[in-house]
Amino acid sequence: MKKIRIIPRLDIKGPNLVKGIHLEGLRVLGKPEVFTRKYYEDGADEILYIDSVASLYGRNHLSEIVRKAAENIFIPLIVGGGVRSVEDIRGLLRSGADKIAVNTAALKNPDLIRQAAKSFGSQCVVVSIVAIRRGRGCYECLTDNAREKTGVDAIEWAKKAEALGAGELLVTSVDREGTGSGYETDLLRPICEQAKIPVIAFGGAGTSEHVLDVTRAGVDAVAAASLFHYGVLGIMQNRLGISGEGNFEFLQKKLPIDGLLRKSIRPVSIADLKEYLAQNGVHCRRAKKAEVV
Amino acid sequence: MSGRPAFTVIVDYGLGNLFSLERAVQHLGFSCGISQDPGEIKNATRLLLPGVGAFGDGMRGLNEKGLVPVLGEWVRSGRPLLGICLGMQLLFSESEEFGRHRGLGWVPGRVVRFQNAEGGGFPAYKVPHVGWSGLEPAPLKDWSEGLLKGIPSGESAYFVHSYYACPEDPADVLAVTHYAQVDYCSAIQRGNVYGTQFHPEKSGSAGLRILKNFLEGP
Repeated sequence: MKKIRIIPRLDIKGPNLVKGIHLEGLRVLGKPEVFTRKYYEDGADEILYIDSVASLYGRNHLSEIVRKAAENIFIPLIVGGGVRSVEDIRGLLRSGADKIAVNTAALKNPDLIRQAAKSFGSQCVVVSIVAIRRGRGCYECLTDNAREKTGVDAIEWAKKAEALGAGELLVTSVDREGTGSGYETDLLRPICEQAKIPVIAFGGAGTSEHVLDVTRAGVDAVAAASLFHYGVLGIMQNRLGISGEGNFEFLQKKLPIDGLLRKSIRPVSIADLKEYLAQNGVHCRRAKKAEVV
Repeated sequence: MSGRPAFTVIVDYGLGNLFSLERAVQHLGFSCGISQDPGEIKNATRLLLPGVGAFGDGMRGLNEKGLVPVLGEWVRSGRPLLGICLGMQLLFSESEEFGRHRGLGWVPGRVVRFQNAEGGGFPAYKVPHVGWSGLEPAPLKDWSEGLLKGIPSGESAYFVHSYYACPEDPADVLAVTHYAQVDYCSAIQRGNVYGTQFHPEKSGSAGLRILKNFLEGP
């Protein structure tokens, strides 16, 4: 029976975990390794790292973060952001990534998907589709961290990416991202209906109910960020010892988490989310707590 | 092993990403290396045969590097070998992937494809099977010893595959998994030859336990 995968997404800027709204206004939340460890122990099925500004500046800070994670995290790691070539992919796989997410470079050079699938297998190649609503049932792909228009229809591109050899699709709604208003099922449903490869939904999870709703649109896996991150912030003292780029105002003020969250976001742990999904008839892998070899 | 220090070799025949497996073995405290060199492979105390991708490419990779006779001799020496994912499928007699291909033939049986199934407007089961699925003991098998020692029935493991193996001898089957309306063989043992269709190096603490069982086994 199909088990829905639950995937925490960590947006990385420099050495830090950040989170924005509509992929902008990035706020530093803490050290990625602290969050990663917590998610692994809570039963995350995979971990998704995106270097959120890499496409913009043509650089990639991810290797070191991935290398550290891969030393003691033994579930699949998906890594993306600023990946431009087969050589970039090889480098990230060597650092410990299992799958590579590509957006900007794949739209500019669709043959990259074919080359990557040929070199490393389709199971390595996740095509990331970042889409914005342009009208009823109409979505446009964006690149460069959702700053550049492409004129490419997202649902058509999903079909093409699969034909070129993508192993999975990661579909992000820019309209919903960071808002906690629920996933964009009008975007996800048509993609799921046509796709023969797994579809990972991202953007808009504010509550456990949103995750339950999107599983009914036919997705195979659900990624979320705020939904999980703010819960970890609430229970862990990982605010110390961070440095580097980004907006630290949020951490320095040490404001109560509740006051900063959009009212629409009700954080939940991965273990509790899976419990809720199971109660509602959605199958998930239930990891045994603690027993970590 | 007659005084030789334990050393596990991950056989590299040009397919896929071997680093995750190497890291998992090292994390468990065992020394290992990635190699395609017949000399190093002959001297190993244990072998891991990984692999992703197509069966035909896998056999071609082994043949081009001249590893088929090396591995055959190695297995006849009685030392343990674990095939993972495509590496497990290659242990069988033949596969129907894109035509017919002969495998290494150490485990009688063949490798066949999942059938697509539609349901509720969406593909009910996607092929490839990507994700976590449960492991159940095969009939008359218990997991009190051996590769799956200590693994609770129903434990999930991480899979990526479109084909699955059908062993001729039911006694070779250690675990079965349900997907795409079939109960298929997800772990095997035939003498000193072991296999897992799932990726133990990516299956969390349960996967590490299985790898450790292999590395500490007879």
